[in-house]
Amino acid sequence: MEGLKESEANLVVYLHPSMAKCVNDAILRELSSLLFTYSETFDGVVLAYDPNVRSNLAKILPGIHPYLGVRLKAKLLLFSPKPNMLLEGEVVKISRQSIHAVILGFSSAVIADEDIRDEFKYKVKHGKEVFVSRHHKKHKIKAGTIIRFLVKSFDEEILHISGSLVAVHTGCARWLDANLEEWSQADSTTRKRKDRDEKEQKTADDKMMANREMPSLKKDDRIKKLKKKRKEHT
Amino acid sequence: MAPKQAHVLPDMEELSFTDSELDYHVRNALKAAVQGDCDFYNQLVAVMHHKDQLVPEEVALLVTCLKALTGAVSCIHIVHHQSLLAAIFGMSLWNYGTDVMDALVELLISLAASSGDYVDLCLEMIVSNFIPPPSSSSYFIELLKQPRGLAKKGQVLDCLHSTLKDIANLVPLSPLRLEKIVRDRMPNIYTKEPFIVIYVENMLKLESGAMHELVGSTMLVAIMDRLIDLDVEIAWDDILQDDFCKGIFDMELEDLEKTDYHVQQDGDELTRESFIQRFLGGNLIAEKLDSLMVLTFEHLTSCSESGRLIQVFETLIHSFQKTVLTAYKSKFTQFVMFYACSLDPENCGKIFASTLLEIFVSSIYPEWRMSAVAYLASYLARAKFVSASFVAATLESIVNWCYDYCKDQDGDLNPRAHKVFYAGCQAIMYVLCFRMRSMLSIPRLKSQLLLMRVENILGHPLNPLQVCLPSIVEEFRRLAKANNVFTVPETFVDYGLLESECSRAFGGVERLDMFFPFDPCLLRKSDRYIRPNFVYWSMVRSTYDEDDEEEGTSDEDIADASENGMNIVDDGSARNFGEGFLDLDEFDTSLDKMSITPRDSSSKYGGGIRGFMQMPSRIRPSTNPESL
Repeated sequence: MEGLKESEANLVVYLHPSMAKCVNDAILRELSSLLFTYSETFDGVVLAYDPNVRSNLAKILPGIHPYLGVRLKAKLLLFSPKPNMLLEGEVVKISRQSIHAVILGFSSAVIADEDIRDEFKYKVKHGKEVFVSRHHKKHKIKAGTIIRFLVKSFDEEILHISGSLVAVHTGCARWLDANLEEWSQADSTTRKRKDRDEKEQKTADDKMMANREMPSLKKDDRIKKLKKKRKEHT
Repeated sequence: MAPKQAHVLPDMEELSFTDSELDYHVRNALKAAVQGDCDFYNQLVAVMHHKDQLVPEEVALLVTCLKALTGAVSCIHIVHHQSLLAAIFGMSLWNYGTDVMDALVELLISLAASSGDYVDLCLEMIVSNFIPPPSSSSYFIELLKQPRGLAKKGQVLDCLHSTLKDIANLVPLSPLRLEKIVRDRMPNIYTKEPFIVIYVENMLKLESGAMHELVGSTMLVAIMDRLIDLDVEIAWDDILQDDFCKGIFDMELEDLEKTDYHVQQDGDELTRESFIQRFLGGNLIAEKLDSLMVLTFEHLTSCSESGRLIQVFETLIHSFQKTVLTAYKSKFTQFVMFYACSLDPENCGKIFASTLLEIFVSSIYPEWRMSAVAYLASYLARAKFVSASFVAATLESIVNWCYDYCKDQDGDLNPRAHKVFYAGCQAIMYVLCFRMRSMLSIPRLKSQLLLMRVENILGHPLNPLQVCLPSIVEEFRRLAKANNVFTVPETFVDYGLLESECSRAFGGVERLDMFFPFDPCLLRKSDRYIRPNFVYWSMVRSTYDEDDEEEGTSDEDIADASENGMNIVDDGSARNFGEGFLDLDEFDTSLDKMSITPRDSSSKYGGGIRGFMQMPSRIRPSTNPESL
């Protein structure tokens, strides 16, 4: 899975003088306040830290409160998803319009239906909602599946990812790994043609819908509706 | 999906939309609004605003639109669809039936999961729905007094909390944001009582719900903070008024029984009810505090039943140390700790006592130490569920500290310099006033008591007997003499005084010399929870003048006591309580025996009170202008 990286950071942790007796605890506490928040400096969400305080000396800041500045090196595990990265997460909810997944247990991801490729068809089987591939019946996405998807965008404040299942190498991770030949065929033209045909069919359906006589789209009927509403409310 | 007939749009019976068609149209409306074509969009917004007296068709319309929007969340734009979002977030679940409620929360869940922008907005809406809409507050206040109102409340709260759980499943970090929102939106102390009570009910529901590990302790701490806020708002003037004679205050409230036992005072008959009513009746802040404390007690009971009390207690005791202990003479909030301890004396009770002892022995702030030992003494004296052996052990620790302190001191009495020491001595005497008999009746504890170096401490040149509250010193001396336990030297103290110069000096500005935090609780509803576990002074039989057969026994106390199987003294050897208990004549009211009030005042009242004299069992500021 992409998006995870390890970094070495040179940090200075400023501690209140009352912490002078328990410096290590105080440092750990300061570092833990960084967890699960996005930091611009590190360009990522801090998931784990491993501090290494080199020296016993700390500089005292001048000012009203003589804070101690402790220098340390820390190894940080950072999560920083960028667009077009491939991530994996567990599906927690399927609906007709979206797939919701949780990444690494803390980050929520959503894949809207326009970002789910047409290969996948929404079905309700045995009361459970599932997306099944039209080409490969075994390729299913349902609650509990680990899916692999591409990142579209990342909301840094709430750590929310918007993803896409458009690309061919996205979908149920286990199926993709087990069926490498099926989807990464050198002969991809047949696949492309199939998709193109399906796309055309979809736009034709849309056009038909739009052209149907839908009274609410006609002006006079809308006016009738408004008039009727006004009557009812008086 | 199969075509559905016209529950869809009321005024368009000739048309039928399938769900997917409506989804399609709603999506188009949203997309069109972005482009500037807002007709259908505005109609949609108008539907969202329907709330009063909805007929079934309107309900159906609302539900269907909400469902359509739920499917179309990916088309909703936070800026372009501002009016729609404002309409949605302005809806209150309290105004609708379950159909609309369910559809609305589905939409909220969908919104929250679809984009980070909406998470806070959705959570804030849910939290603001914790209480009924302020615009129709009087309607709901009346409704909530009826059974159907309570049923409605149950529906709404269940719906809200399951929604929060569903959102947390999809957005794992939402509880973090939720706890901040809940805390920030907590009603202030001036909010109407029913609303603040419902909000706290929601907080307690969160504390015991699916997210309790994540948000539970924040909820409890915020609630305790609010209790203290209310507590400090109740001025002492509300409880004690100068025109009210001192004599009355010297009685413990439980002795003023509701029916039979009256106190003749200047021709006025006072029952307990009227006593409380006079001071705290109509005091809105006190009533709010009372209701919230009862809610908390109920919650603690259910935590105890589900085996979670210890974890909850850990949070409570941290909060206690941070806010209750440090507050200036908290009046009632500490009873939350008392009640929690009563539910689990073996664990919580002992943790509470040992924490207080630890603070007394090793904290660096003298005021906290004095406060802690005052809490400890009051707790050991008043908690019926604390065993005599535990009292003895804790007492021994206090005695040992005092002994270690004074053995290295050369000087004379000096109230200010040794205030922590004097506080400790006063604590020892106070506890012994309540517990001496029960300890003496167990041989092992009796010898433990005799081995404690109480005499050394009291006889030391630092002269605690001169400095501590004279009323306590006198009572202690009387008891010690009557039981032949300690030899307590005479001091040059004016008899019959409640307080003195010296005690004021060591008590300091905060009058910690007169701080008895677990004196009988004056909040009516809360007191009912506390009473069964509470030691009233009159229950502690004094040992002198035993043959005095005074009347005026407290019937209710006897009834109480016999119901409880008389476990006040857990050694079971309280002979006077045992066999002849129902013999009213033998039951002395200790009112007669305590000698706190100035002798003068009893003559002032024509002696008819038979000296309603008491241990300083009321928290009271002295009339000295320095105090308060």
